Amino acid sequence: MHELSITQSMLEIVLKQAEQSHAKKVTQINLIIGEMTGIVSDSVQFYLDILTKETIAAGARVSFTIAPSKAICHNCNQVFELKEFDWTCPRCRGNIIDVTAGKELIVDSIEVE
Amino acid sequence: MEIKVLKDILGANDQIAAKNRELLDGHKVFAVNIMASPGAGKTSVVLQTIRALKDKVKIGVIEGDIASSIDAETVAKEGVPVVQINTGGECHLEAFQIQNALNNMPLADIDLLLIENVGNLVCPAEFSIGEDLKVLIASVPEGDDKPYKYPLMFNTVDVIVLNKIDLLPYVKFNVDGFTKTVKNINTKVELFKVSCTTGEGIQPWAKWLHAQIRLLKKDVSL
Repeated sequence: MHELSITQSMLEIVLKQAEQSHAKKVTQINLIIGEMTGIVSDSVQFYLDILTKETIAAGARVSFTIAPSKAICHNCNQVFELKEFDWTCPRCRGNIIDVTAGKELIVDSIEVE
Repeated sequence: MEIKVLKDILGANDQIAAKNRELLDGHKVFAVNIMASPGAGKTSVVLQTIRALKDKVKIGVIEGDIASSIDAETVAKEGVPVVQINTGGECHLEAFQIQNALNNMPLADIDLLLIENVGNLVCPAEFSIGEDLKVLIASVPEGDDKPYKYPLMFNTVDVIVLNKIDLLPYVKFNVDGFTKTVKNINTKVELFKVSCTTGEGIQPWAKWLHAQIRLLKKDVSL
């Protein structure tokens, strides 16, 4: 359900950028989405189709690049990908870690005509 | 033609959240964003926190719900100012809703603002609302496997209050395992174990929260 607010905020950024670039049409929106956010691409596309009617982004496709969840180990500084049920460091088995990636919600680029 | 944008989708929300924070800081109000799944005991924790602290600090409450004002009515009986936000279907509170609610809150007369978010373990984790503290209420009947299932929420919060510990004799819940998982997912998190039914553990939580408020206000007379 958070996809509606996320899509609205995303579209505001996209339309503003398109206007600044004097674009006539937005054909694709490339997003970087952190694995941990649980944002569903089909759902974003669904809301986008509704929200973009009557705008220059009507018919635009959304493309997701998923950013994997990563962390850094306090003990040995190893950066590693977080597994579903295991957040311990694969090198030293340390369990004091800081999450460094996986929460991204970014408009990376847009494709325009 | 491809145009590089590189903008945070939550940037607009975060800007309003920063304004809320500025307004709250200006009035020296300590704001707590309380999140949990439905039924974990957010309102019960709010009520117990009010009862434990209302002689020491002045408290206000913002109640976020998809619909109804049941919680606001319950909390208002404690004699504190309450503003109800009905999100009308949205599954979380956003900074702009808090901005509106703050207009109706007597900020000059408040030290502590408790904001009860919409019951949900997913979406509220993403939206800052201008709070000083993010608190998650977990509860024993939900099971001890929730941290790895909702990592963003468990990783994002500053405090976890494990509620309904009076049910531990009846429910399969490994407290040590839960604690270990939580500390792995969120190294810096503070963990409190409480029962809003028996009152067990409420004092340590209230005492800790009180200390945080005094720190913000730099006022030991509170």
